Amino acid sequence: MAEYEIVCGLEVHTELSTKTKIFCSCTTEFGGEPNTHVCEICSGMPGTLPVVNEKVVEYAVRTGLSTNCTITQNNKFDRKNYFYPDLPKAYQVSQLYLPICQNGYVEIHSSKGGMKKVRIKEIHMEEDAGKLIHDAYSDCTLVDYNRCGVPLLEIVSEPDISSADEAVEYVEKLRDILRFAGVSDCKMQEGSLRADVNVSVMPVGSKEYGTRTEMKNINSFKAIHHAIESESARQIDLIEDGKEVKQETRRWDDTKGYSYAMRSKEDAQDYKYFPEPDLPPLSLSDEYIESIRKNLPELPEAKKARYMNDFGLSEYDTGLICASIPLVNLFEKTVEITNNPKDSANWILGEVSKMLNDTQTQPENMTFRADSLGEIINLLNGGKISRDSAKKVFKAVFEEDVNPAEYVEKNNMGMMNDTSAIKSAVEEVLKANEKAVNEYKSGKEASFNYLIGQSMRALRGKAPASEVTKILKELLS
Amino acid sequence: MSDILNMKALELAQKIKAKEISAVEAVEAVAAAKEAKDLKYNCYTSFNLESAVENAKTVQKKIDSNEDVGLLAGVPIAIKDNICTKGELTTCASKILYNFKPPYNATVIEKLHKNNLVPLGKVNMDEFAMGSTTETSAYGETKNPWDVTKVPGGSSGGAAASVAARESVAALGSDTGGSIRQPCSFCGVTGLKPTYGAVSRYGLIAYASSLDQIGPIAKDTADVAAIFSVICGKDEKDGTSMDTTPFDISDIISSKSLKGKKVGIPSDYFGEGINEEVAKSVMNAAKVLKELGAEVEEFAMPIVKYAIPTYYIIACAEACSNLSRFDGIKYGYSSPNAEMLRDVYIKSRSEGFGMEVKKRIMLGNFVLSSGYYDAYYNKALKVKGLISKAFSEAFEKYDFLLGPVAPTTALKMGEGLSDPLQMYLGDIYTVMINIAGLPSLALPCGFDSSNMPIGMQLIGKPFNEKTILEAGNAFQSATDYHEKMPETV
Repeated sequence: MAEYEIVCGLEVHTELSTKTKIFCSCTTEFGGEPNTHVCEICSGMPGTLPVVNEKVVEYAVRTGLSTNCTITQNNKFDRKNYFYPDLPKAYQVSQLYLPICQNGYVEIHSSKGGMKKVRIKEIHMEEDAGKLIHDAYSDCTLVDYNRCGVPLLEIVSEPDISSADEAVEYVEKLRDILRFAGVSDCKMQEGSLRADVNVSVMPVGSKEYGTRTEMKNINSFKAIHHAIESESARQIDLIEDGKEVKQETRRWDDTKGYSYAMRSKEDAQDYKYFPEPDLPPLSLSDEYIESIRKNLPELPEAKKARYMNDFGLSEYDTGLICASIPLVNLFEKTVEITNNPKDSANWILGEVSKMLNDTQTQPENMTFRADSLGEIINLLNGGKISRDSAKKVFKAVFEEDVNPAEYVEKNNMGMMNDTSAIKSAVEEVLKANEKAVNEYKSGKEASFNYLIGQSMRALRGKAPASEVTKILKELLS
Repeated sequence: MSDILNMKALELAQKIKAKEISAVEAVEAVAAAKEAKDLKYNCYTSFNLESAVENAKTVQKKIDSNEDVGLLAGVPIAIKDNICTKGELTTCASKILYNFKPPYNATVIEKLHKNNLVPLGKVNMDEFAMGSTTETSAYGETKNPWDVTKVPGGSSGGAAASVAARESVAALGSDTGGSIRQPCSFCGVTGLKPTYGAVSRYGLIAYASSLDQIGPIAKDTADVAAIFSVICGKDEKDGTSMDTTPFDISDIISSKSLKGKKVGIPSDYFGEGINEEVAKSVMNAAKVLKELGAEVEEFAMPIVKYAIPTYYIIACAEACSNLSRFDGIKYGYSSPNAEMLRDVYIKSRSEGFGMEVKKRIMLGNFVLSSGYYDAYYNKALKVKGLISKAFSEAFEKYDFLLGPVAPTTALKMGEGLSDPLQMYLGDIYTVMINIAGLPSLALPCGFDSSNMPIGMQLIGKPFNEKTILEAGNAFQSATDYHEKMPETV
């Protein structure tokens, strides 16, 4: 059998996290009773007109700049025409001729070793469609327009991907970029990130691509990996059997683990694209693009490098924190307050993760004030509370969003900072333990630890151990 | 009461303001006129008397408490049936929207209310504004008040005929390729097709989005200017709308001279196919403009011959997409004979749309199909650019242009539909203006030997309606064609 290589390109669709839809002011919030997040515009009533949400344009530019794209300063919308009940206007407003971003790239690890660039052909803005729901009870199909008009970006790569691993890394990189750029929360389970996968195979070293097939709407990393492996194997089998790969659209069934043909190239729909006359072309000035570039949030690569180089975090810890934007935000706030990246990281990967685990909470759903964690670390490091108390305070913060300082005060968890009070307590302990004092003075070191223990007990653990040790040493010398 | 229908809108508004006539009386006068005449002319598709009376009462209260109610308070105005009126039938004269009541008002309707006008009655049109005769309406054809055996023109035939027949005081129409101007010409009334973008299209059920404009139809230029000043302006709901050059209505009304104005006449507007009586009347009008002080000269505009194919390609392409939403699923007509989804689409659309609409949908789909897109649609866009350029070159020399609206006067009923090519060619002088997005005022300038009105158009620079409205008023202050009315009315 000849050696084959995979040629794969991806079209990644991502929902933007703007508050309102692309052409009207309806909410983009996920869920909701059917047809409650709709108005006359997104439901395509006659006579209504779209007006572009400027946030969508800004997010698209941000995404383009974050993926090394050129921004198309004069870009425009086109109509893609087809009939389907989830598309109330019977056309989708998209960008075919002049997409907003072009010619970018994302760097990934090559399966052959080293880094490689996956080129991005274009990124365009478009509107999402609604959802059909088959109602088995009444045996009819119902349509929910809540998703109609939710803004999407379609990120189209060149066929630069040569393995399932590379494809997954490319999508992971894209997801990180989109989240760090603050344009999408990329919740795959809500369909806010999904990919169309184009696959072909060719003998290794060939200059000519094989015939490709497309699998649409794959929405998990695992499924992307599986689909590419399975589809490339199917194509190789066909070629080895002397059969032909047909250019077609296939549906990937992830539960069954195989794809089946949906429609061939001959049946491909003619979408009759033409410029959307209801929207004037978008003209983006240099100043506008530069202002977005200047305010671009720190992207994943840069952020990770900074955590490792400047903060001295391990690659592993960096990866854990950067896996979640809420954790990144909490970490950065905590560092800002404590000026102590190591302790901040340890707390987040320790107590915070533990609480998230114990309570089965997603980081997005943490409700406490972000400053609280830093405040607790400062109380601990400043000797104001003990480590045990710090953990208790954090639990209360996590569960009830209490104010750490107030909580410590109220629950009498504060450390004694009054040296004279500590001194008198230690003096009492020395009086009551003459035997141990004498043993220590005759050279038995272990008795010193015993005396510390007794003193701490007398102080009910509320004095800093360092202070107690210091006073004890003074009194015994 | 019949006096009220003979008044101009500004005149009626003055009498209402002076409390000589009440706003409710004005509405009732229109209702009475409709009752008396509409069986004969068939101008209206629906008539919302109750809500209009309520609105008139509200306006009257404001007048009675001496509020500042504006120039046209209390004036009833008829609305073309493709402009959305909240909670009231808006059908585009099509079976496919036979029961459609939009839950929103078009921006122009909101503006009419805000300025205390009273929308009253929806007026007939060619189905989805596709046609030049008002014969393709699902409600039956409207008759020309000057001769009921003739068409009123179209597609805003109901609007123009209602003004001519004294069934309405004024009306709003829409113009995609001449749909305001040509019926004005055929019915002897005055109408403005504003600059593309000068009036919000929000709530106008689209025929061809890049060409459609809403505009006023009335008895004279002053009324048209007053109504236009109420409905124009940038609308945040329409991304293609813009503010136009503002003007004071008194500037228009006091305009009696054209001294210092340079007027161009495109000689190619007088080529093959133009009726001699029409050509003569327009040339006579040119003399009047000269007498008013204007310098008038002819110039060549050879690109005229490409106007018709360019228009039909662009308009039909946009139309086939715009009309795809009428699919029998969400609102309007849904075929009772359909079971599966494909059937719902095919049968609802086949049974719901009329012939002319189907023809244009098919033409539009053809020019947009892959393989033909470049040969037709893309080429049409290029010619569109050339046509705009030809006009901007002309406007380097001239303040405005003068030409006929249509090559003929009103056709006999049935004549146009039986010879569609001839009917399409009848749009030759009007479609150019939509392609270039320019404002154009149509006004009467004579009568043919069978006493049918002849119209001319004054074509202006983009967003400069003021100049052509001033010229129109000057012309009408020197002539009385616009004062004539059909004898039988």
